[in-house]
Amino acid sequence: MKTVLKKHPLGIRWFHWINFPLLTIMIWSGLLIYWAYTPYKISIGSKELFHFFPNSFYTALKIPHRLAEGMNFHFAFAWLFIINGLLYTLYTIFSGEWKYLLPNKHSFKEAWQVLLHDLHIRKYHPPQKKYNGAQRIAYTAIILMGIGSVLTGFAVYKPTQWNWLSVICGGYETARMEHFILTIGYVLFFIIHIAQVIKTGWHNFQAMITGFEVIPNATYPASSQKTETNEET
Amino acid sequence: MKKLDFFDRTEQESNKKLQRRTFLSYLGFAAAGATSFLGWKWLNRQPIDNGALQPLRSTLETNEKILTSTFSEHHLVKTYPVEKAVKNVRINSLIGLQEDIDETAWRLIVRKGDGSTIPVSLDVIKKLPKKEIVYDFKCVEGWSQIQHWAGVPLRDFIVALGLQSQTKMKYIGMQTPDQRYYIGLDMPSALHPQTMLCYEMNGQPLIYQHGRPLRLIIPVKYGIKNLKNIGEIFFTNSKPRDYWMERGYDYYAGL
Repeated sequence: MKTVLKKHPLGIRWFHWINFPLLTIMIWSGLLIYWAYTPYKISIGSKELFHFFPNSFYTALKIPHRLAEGMNFHFAFAWLFIINGLLYTLYTIFSGEWKYLLPNKHSFKEAWQVLLHDLHIRKYHPPQKKYNGAQRIAYTAIILMGIGSVLTGFAVYKPTQWNWLSVICGGYETARMEHFILTIGYVLFFIIHIAQVIKTGWHNFQAMITGFEVIPNATYPASSQKTETNEET
Repeated sequence: MKKLDFFDRTEQESNKKLQRRTFLSYLGFAAAGATSFLGWKWLNRQPIDNGALQPLRSTLETNEKILTSTFSEHHLVKTYPVEKAVKNVRINSLIGLQEDIDETAWRLIVRKGDGSTIPVSLDVIKKLPKKEIVYDFKCVEGWSQIQHWAGVPLRDFIVALGLQSQTKMKYIGMQTPDQRYYIGLDMPSALHPQTMLCYEMNGQPLIYQHGRPLRLIIPVKYGIKNLKNIGEIFFTNSKPRDYWMERGYDYYAGL
């Protein structure tokens, strides 16, 4: 007999893994659209540091001259992306999983400690519960970003009929830029997410597929963590 | 009372059961992955309907149905003071345009549902009450520009010609005299109060690159529907052919 920790409910695993290809398709089709008008760059004064994106990037990914195709995929898969995101959010609310996901008053301090630890500045890592402060902030932020992408997306999609939404987003052009920045945000999230998953190891990753993680030693982590929560209450 | 902690979510399981659960989870994961992959392959193998994969074309049509339910002629595009208008108005396409049009001999052909036609001279159009619009013109490519146009709202033009009964039809089609560029509009968008037949830009008569002598300005649509150098306007119940729709774009292209 082994002690098993029930980590990720089936619902969360489904929504997570369905979201992965959907977001990939949204970003890819978004690039096909963006290629037709590419005004964004990072510059200091008049010095351009980086243009989104270099030509080599477009040719390597076979992006040029596929605007119509990009729009057609984008406006079809957007519905699936919205529905999956909505179901995930509702699931976390009604299952009570939100309690592990929403940042609380300790999260910001804890996130800072995690950051210093991960950057090898400090040895101390706050005791890991289901999610640490940095994770709580990241996983809640990603939902807000999703909502932001949907709103700015519709602001760009129907700027005349839904002019009010366009106005809320700061205008048509601003909404397009916000939509783009959020996408860059997903890519950065993805890179950090993958790095952390690799760092944390196989058992943690496997739990996102199986839902459970075998506790190698009966006292870890349950007992040590429990004492701490009892102290809090 | 003891607070329920995440690490209380434990259970005892035999090795055998755990192996079984792990195996089934991976099996389910692989099956779902394979299904998605095959679904994607299937989608990309579907027949092409006017430059777009058939299921995506149908989705565009469904989107149109969903989104036109929020369409109202009272939803107006934001307008700007005339000083905001750009001086260098972008020219994106010259398809169907002509440099040498004799404006006095020029006639706009208006074709009714029964096939009968009415030729309309530029003078007649210019005598109708002129309206101006300064708004953010939006290209399907993603760029937009605040532009200043003047002409007559299409719906005023229709009333002036006594063609109100024609607006019971579903569509208005337009094409250049050489029929190389052509568009179709759903009637509600065509009758939107900001849809105009324009003959001036920045207070000057149109140059041919902008569609002299007469062009469409329709703020509820992307630029691809703003036909330049209109030769013919027709009323119909069957979807008029549309240049960019045939090249994979959404027919509705509404904003």
